Amino acid sequence: MQPEPGPSSPCSRASLPNGVCHCLGQRLQGTMGCEPAEGDDTPVTELVDGEVGAPSQPDRPHIARKQDSLRKNRPAFPWFGLDIGGTLVKLAYFEPKDITAEEEEEEVESLRSIRHYLTSNVAYGSTGVRDVHLEMRDLCLSGRLGTLHCIRFPTADMPRFLAMGRDKRFSSLHTALCATGGGAYKFEQDFRQMADLKLRKLDELDCLIRGLLYIESVGFNGAAECYYFADASDPECCHKEPCNLSDPYPLLLVNIGSGVSILAVYSPDNYKRVTGTSLGGGTFLGLCCLLTGCDSFEEALRLAEHGDSTRVDKLVRDIYGGDYDRFGLPGSTVASSFGHMMCKERRSEIRPEDLARATLITITNNIGSIARMCALNETGCGTSSRMRQGSSPLLREPPDGGWGWMVVAACFVLMVCTRAVTRCEAR
Amino acid sequence: MKQTVRRSKMAAPGAQVSPDEPGDAENGRGGSGGYFDHSLRLPSGEIFRNLANAKRFAIDIGGSLTKLAYYATVQHKVARVHSSKHSKAECLYEISEQQEESTRLHFVRFENAFVEACLDFVKGHLGGPDAPTLIKATGGGAHKYKELIEKKLGLRVDKEDELECLIKGCNFLLRNIPHEAFSYCKRSTPRFRFQNTHPDIFPYLLVSVGSGVSVIKVESEESYERIGGSSIGGGTFWGLGALLTHTKNFDDLLALAAAGQHTPVDMLVRDIYGGNYGVGGLSGGIIASSFGKGATAQDGFEAEDMAKSLLHMISNNVGQLASLYAKLHSLHTVYFGGFFIREHPATMHSISFGINYWSKGEVQALFLRHEGYLGAIGAFLKGAKEDEPDQYSWGENYAGSSGLMSTSPELFPVARSRSGTFDMLEMDRLARLVPLPLLRDPQDYVPDSHDLAQDLPACHYWLSCFADSLPGVARRAVASQSQSPDAARRGELFRKKFGEKLQILRQQPCAFGSLTVRSLLDTREHCQNEFHFPDPYCKVKQQENEAALRCYQAVVRGLDSLSWRERQLGLVRGLLAGNVFDWGAKAVTDVLESDPEFGFEEAKQQLQERPWLVDDYDVWLKRLQGSPHHCALIFVDNSGADIVLGVLPFVRELLSHGTEVILAANSGPALNDVTSGELSILTARVAEMDPRICSALSNDQLVVVQSGSSSPCLDLSRLDEALVTEVENRKVDLLLIEGMGRAVHTNLRATFLCDILKVAVLKNAWLAQRLGGQLYSVVFKYEPS
Repeated sequence: MQPEPGPSSPCSRASLPNGVCHCLGQRLQGTMGCEPAEGDDTPVTELVDGEVGAPSQPDRPHIARKQDSLRKNRPAFPWFGLDIGGTLVKLAYFEPKDITAEEEEEEVESLRSIRHYLTSNVAYGSTGVRDVHLEMRDLCLSGRLGTLHCIRFPTADMPRFLAMGRDKRFSSLHTALCATGGGAYKFEQDFRQMADLKLRKLDELDCLIRGLLYIESVGFNGAAECYYFADASDPECCHKEPCNLSDPYPLLLVNIGSGVSILAVYSPDNYKRVTGTSLGGGTFLGLCCLLTGCDSFEEALRLAEHGDSTRVDKLVRDIYGGDYDRFGLPGSTVASSFGHMMCKERRSEIRPEDLARATLITITNNIGSIARMCALNETGCGTSSRMRQGSSPLLREPPDGGWGWMVVAACFVLMVCTRAVTRCEAR
Repeated sequence: MKQTVRRSKMAAPGAQVSPDEPGDAENGRGGSGGYFDHSLRLPSGEIFRNLANAKRFAIDIGGSLTKLAYYATVQHKVARVHSSKHSKAECLYEISEQQEESTRLHFVRFENAFVEACLDFVKGHLGGPDAPTLIKATGGGAHKYKELIEKKLGLRVDKEDELECLIKGCNFLLRNIPHEAFSYCKRSTPRFRFQNTHPDIFPYLLVSVGSGVSVIKVESEESYERIGGSSIGGGTFWGLGALLTHTKNFDDLLALAAAGQHTPVDMLVRDIYGGNYGVGGLSGGIIASSFGKGATAQDGFEAEDMAKSLLHMISNNVGQLASLYAKLHSLHTVYFGGFFIREHPATMHSISFGINYWSKGEVQALFLRHEGYLGAIGAFLKGAKEDEPDQYSWGENYAGSSGLMSTSPELFPVARSRSGTFDMLEMDRLARLVPLPLLRDPQDYVPDSHDLAQDLPACHYWLSCFADSLPGVARRAVASQSQSPDAARRGELFRKKFGEKLQILRQQPCAFGSLTVRSLLDTREHCQNEFHFPDPYCKVKQQENEAALRCYQAVVRGLDSLSWRERQLGLVRGLLAGNVFDWGAKAVTDVLESDPEFGFEEAKQQLQERPWLVDDYDVWLKRLQGSPHHCALIFVDNSGADIVLGVLPFVRELLSHGTEVILAANSGPALNDVTSGELSILTARVAEMDPRICSALSNDQLVVVQSGSSSPCLDLSRLDEALVTEVENRKVDLLLIEGMGRAVHTNLRATFLCDILKVAVLKNAWLAQRLGGQLYSVVFKYEPS
């Protein structure tokens, strides 16, 4: 079972909320409760982004009116969003914190049981995890105040999840579950047959963008959701900086799941999938498992923290004895990922940590390189791409060990040099 | 984890390799870097040929393969004709065989395991005074092997930059070797599509996939830039592959990959979606995550499957990066090189798929037949500036080159058992060759009428046809040198050599570029030259020329007695009848060998009656009634009746109208085609009998020029510079191409800026039938400009 990155590292912090984005996106688009019966064409009510607390809002009466109308139209609890990816299932669950005694009284048993089960645990079974550090508190959604919980479990455990849904009589809540990700299609039948649940399927890229924009707009418990690494090429000074997405377009969104999708986003409704690569998180995890015998994402990352990729990769200086001046490549540039592993002695001496580290760097550098090329291709040589600092991306020094810059504006991985991710993660 | 590792049977039969030694470091195969297994046997006379005359050396040592280049003079026999001293003697001219020196570039590719042995071999065969003192070296291994080379060869090692050599080599090949570049499509027949050689090769993107990947934008010979790269390359395939499958060497990994399936290892779109991802436009079979099932595989994977997945991952990624760079720099031509590709079909397919998928068909992936030699060629050129290699044209010597995929054991058991793991390329220095300025569409000119690899019945027919005629050809070659004691032995070697080439072509029709009748004829000529049969038909040609000269005056008198109108048809019929005498056509040689009395008049009887298969005679006649042409260029064909009784009377008529005539004949012998040397003597002899020819020769109205070719066919994009100068100076407005080889096998569909006559008699029943006619059908194609 390989859940998503653990809570401890900035790196995993950077990539995990992707999934949350998905869930949120589809939550905002669809509804969780009271899906009309089949064949009924009643339009589905949508959750509406609310203001967190909003104490400084001067227009109180307006808000009151708005919340009034929300109350009438908002869907019934529970509010769920499900993103079923290739490797992980991400579940966003909105726990209302403003439940009145009256409401609690009315709450049906199954609903209460679900709420208590989800909120009183941080682990579910052997593989389900609630990422407490990611929960968003004091969130106002469709007029309700509450906490958004982020829960994940391996896609391989879908059957168990479905069994739980059946046992907890989820279907009695007359809920059409909003779901996105490939699994929304793949498991649609299973949901229906095993748990008597109907899925409301939403496109994952639509959800991704909506989720990103939503979290960005409400902020993450008062902090900026997006960040980048400043001074990325200097291990001593490298640090996280908040990043403002108030005027984000055009935006290159690199979604690193099992595979990678790269989207050029021109406005909330106008985007295209520019390209993708099959060398993604699934490749990192899969290769690490095969190479080191580890069996979880956390373990793979922990190994990578303590590894030395130069024992695995062949650098320019390993070939040229130093810099390759003729074409301006510094000696520390990786010339061939896993290049040293062509040699039998080196293979026999290598440690799992080194292999994990090299795998991480190989994959992230490659994503960075492709993303940078896409940014250049899509937005006219990168001038309006989401580069921080520096004028022209072409003139910038490649970060140590990287072949090029990562010009990325992903939901949480912003404008970072890929090496910096791993470095900060290793600190 | 279950890891099945199949040992493939790839040990080279001709060159045995010891099992993996500890310390096999960077070697492709299991052999050791500094250790040599003495069981290496070099087939004598086939590898490292001509070393005694080697002048310059260059070496490119990669991660697994070494490429040695040397420049050598080649002694070979040529037949020369001299005008007979006594003009009334029976002999029209004397033939003598002379030693002549030409220049050849040799390239040999072998595994690093054999470096030491090969250097020893080279040292042992180096020649005397001309032997070099310096060797140019490039490639990642140049550093590592520097001392060894200096010690073994006693040459100073001068290192050259790898990428520069690569680019120089690439430019050289693209300019000089026809059909060097090809696209690869797994689902088409043939899988290889060769590109025309264009004089204008820039700009292009060169993606070198060695241990890592370098992407270079080349805009001219001098101007190029490394615009990017990737660390995920051949080294990653090899290193990761070795870790995952415990298979140590590169070729074995490729063999594993060829036997594997990637679907158990990769997470496909349908593994996530259960089918296609319709909204995103991704079909279910697309790989969503390489090795994406690695985390959930309970029992691990088969080694083959992991190797396949790895190959896909890396080649797709290379293809994607290349298409992104091509798009960013608005380039549509992308050449791939480097050891990762190594002519491996699955790799080429995967890269082509990647490029096509990501560029939506806008960028085409091109590969090079000799990509393995780019670095060695470049290093050689760097050291050979004073020989001015750029001032010449070069041609691939088919007899001494291994051809595409020569080291693939599945494809070439024959070649492999002969030469082991050695692959060779030889290029002959030619005169500077330039395109005919009269071509209407020089960029799209393809000499050959037929790509046999696209036409299986035709391919089968012609390969059998050449194989069937081989014993007779060999016999005639031996007979032409009856005084030579070793002629029979050489004849046998020729028969074997060409037989092997045919065998290779049967298995891999694209081994030497597009397979055409021309390439087959040229290969045969090259093989004959290889064994010192420079001109097997010299005596036949001599006899035929003499016999024809004796009839010349009677033929001319006969024509002169006709009315103008009758004479024009008579001249054309004479041209056609002469063209029947072709020793390249089996139907004709059978007749000529069995009936010594078969002559010009008999040939006329064989001709198809009008209307001919292609009959533009009436249009031609009408044109003749108009103002005469200013200058005619005639590419002539056979000796004897063809040139003397067919072409010369036709020329005589043109001259009498005031038209200037350039007679273009082969520079060197091919079959019974008349060479420019022979033609000069023949025209001089005719001039003695014919005042009109005599005055035309003396006042320069008639000239004989060599074409630059030694082929029975004709590539109008590669002609002798002097001929092209004549064409330009004299303002040629009529072109006549004569004979099956020049006007049917090649140039049948070529279009020109001047009036063009294509005249041939179909002396091959199969071809005639293909064209809708029968044996001795006539093609008389006239196209006004």
